[in-house]
Amino acid sequence: MNDLFLNPKLFDEDIEQVPSRNGFGEGLVIAGEENKNIVALCADLTESTRIEEFKKKFPDRYIEVGVAEQNLVTVASGMAAVGKIPFTTSYATFSPGRNWEQIRTTICYNDQPVKIIGSHAGISVGPDGATHQALEDLALMRVLPNMVVISPADSIEAKKATLAIAKLNKPCYLRLSRDKVPVITTDQTSFEIGKAEVFYEGNPSASSGRCADVVVIATGQMVYRALLAAKELESHNISVRVINCHTVKPLDKKTILKAAEETGAIVTVEEHQVSGGLGGAVSELVSQFYPVPIKILGIEDHFGESGKPDELLNKFGLTKENIIKAVIQVLRMKN
Amino acid sequence: MLAESCLFSYAKNVTMLTAQQVKDLELKANTIRQDIIKMLVEAGSGHSAGPLGMADIFTALYFNILNHDPKNPNWDQRDRLVLSNGHICPVLYASMAHAGYFPVSELKSLRKLGSRLQGHPHRRSLPGLETTSGPLGSGLSQASGMAMAGLMERVKWWVYCLTSDGEHQEGNTWEAVMFAGKYKLHNLTVIIDRNNIQIDGFTEEVMPLEPLKEKYEAFGWYVLEIDGHNFNQIVDACNQAKTIFNKPVVIIAHTIAGKGVDFMENDFKWHGAPPGISNMAGEPPKEDQVKIALKELRTLQGKIRSEHE
Repeated sequence: MNDLFLNPKLFDEDIEQVPSRNGFGEGLVIAGEENKNIVALCADLTESTRIEEFKKKFPDRYIEVGVAEQNLVTVASGMAAVGKIPFTTSYATFSPGRNWEQIRTTICYNDQPVKIIGSHAGISVGPDGATHQALEDLALMRVLPNMVVISPADSIEAKKATLAIAKLNKPCYLRLSRDKVPVITTDQTSFEIGKAEVFYEGNPSASSGRCADVVVIATGQMVYRALLAAKELESHNISVRVINCHTVKPLDKKTILKAAEETGAIVTVEEHQVSGGLGGAVSELVSQFYPVPIKILGIEDHFGESGKPDELLNKFGLTKENIIKAVIQVLRMKN
Repeated sequence: MLAESCLFSYAKNVTMLTAQQVKDLELKANTIRQDIIKMLVEAGSGHSAGPLGMADIFTALYFNILNHDPKNPNWDQRDRLVLSNGHICPVLYASMAHAGYFPVSELKSLRKLGSRLQGHPHRRSLPGLETTSGPLGSGLSQASGMAMAGLMERVKWWVYCLTSDGEHQEGNTWEAVMFAGKYKLHNLTVIIDRNNIQIDGFTEEVMPLEPLKEKYEAFGWYVLEIDGHNFNQIVDACNQAKTIFNKPVVIIAHTIAGKGVDFMENDFKWHGAPPGISNMAGEPPKEDQVKIALKELRTLQGKIRSEHE
């Protein structure tokens, strides 16, 4: 585990917790210092989408668009067409929720390197309720040709992802959380767009031989819960590999197919509808090239509701216990 | 004050082009109209009325107004022309071909498999296109983004955005109108093709747009209104737009949809239909439509010659 440079306090009760949007805000300021062509556009959510620092530091490169998400991304497309690298921020239900066609035509088909930052994604948005909890954004962005889709596991990874997409000459979607999430990585943890990372390799059990019994592929803050589940299952002699799949598109086919082949059973976990997100992407790949039993954990064709983030994650089945249950189910299917 | 005196100049119909320049532009526009008909017939589908109605404005832009270099379409100092209502692209393609961006013979590939001339414009397919468009209402925002970036860099190039009247029913258009007004994008000139028709009928019946001039003014724009078939007015309005320093400028160009082909003029049935495909009540039989249209355009060409010779 040390060679992964994960947070040494990973399994401690008092692990530091930070919203991933904070990491984005820090990363954007650094990216702005490195490249003067970076501009930021926001639809009346400057503070909560964490571009306030960028605005303070580069007032001439910050553009307030007002509550107009269709205009947000189309103005950005025009700026990109003449050499700017625009970062657009709003809540994910509004952007890319409301302005999907504009993203499709003027950014993806038009192939402009606009960065769509969707904050407040997932059920853990909490008390704002279902209207503000984006549970479909990964699906919406993943079906678009040219689009790169990234869902970081914590604030440090969000910062790295921000710096990485600033340098990538393609349309990108970055999914962020509102609520605090445990910081599981460190500055030293490797991050590369399109490269899924094995964050945990359980000790092989006597029955399985060389490899883990099952792989849990998670994205966003679910990576933390997958790690907790893996740790607990180890004490029950079930060996789990955990993959942090921060890039949902392009999917790291090599790492995922290798895991399918070596473990023979997959659980995917995401704070998103079970259709069309990470589970969908993994299933599309594995079912065609190395079919093994898969269990997809996510929101089961429901809208969210108001509540505290933890209450909602419990209610909608996205806890460590749910992951453990899914692992046991998929192991039964495997045998 | 400057603005008012400029407006007054229209009443006097100031001639800025020489008679020879006007004649050349009229001939060019006529050729472009004929090519539009031929392209649509070859493609078997596509929009007729809009492209014919905008032929004069496109001709004026590509052969007089734009600062561009067809042999070097990525020249960074070029003026940017954003076509928002992508469905009238036959007129864009025909103008670009005659300006020298690609061979005129390629016009016949419109809408065919493997063509660079997609049914609606795709930037990555054809050098010289500034954007991809078709879904209505998002071109003005993109043009605004270009103008915004241009102001940030204090560039000399200009942004022209061509929009339809019908797409002013899109919310996205008004978001952009508000945006460009707020940021005083004076390096942006918008030309609205005010031909009063859309697919389902007349704009004022489908969803009224008037008072369009007053709406733009209320959003902080400077508004000019012209006859979109008068080359002097088109060129003059675009020149005037460059003198307005603290506002974006919109030119409401009153045009006749289907201009140049009598049976198509002002008739919304031809909005989305090419000639020669189907019989329609009150229209010439389908086998005669193309012949009549081309003959009429060629006759017009003859008239122009006879007037100036």
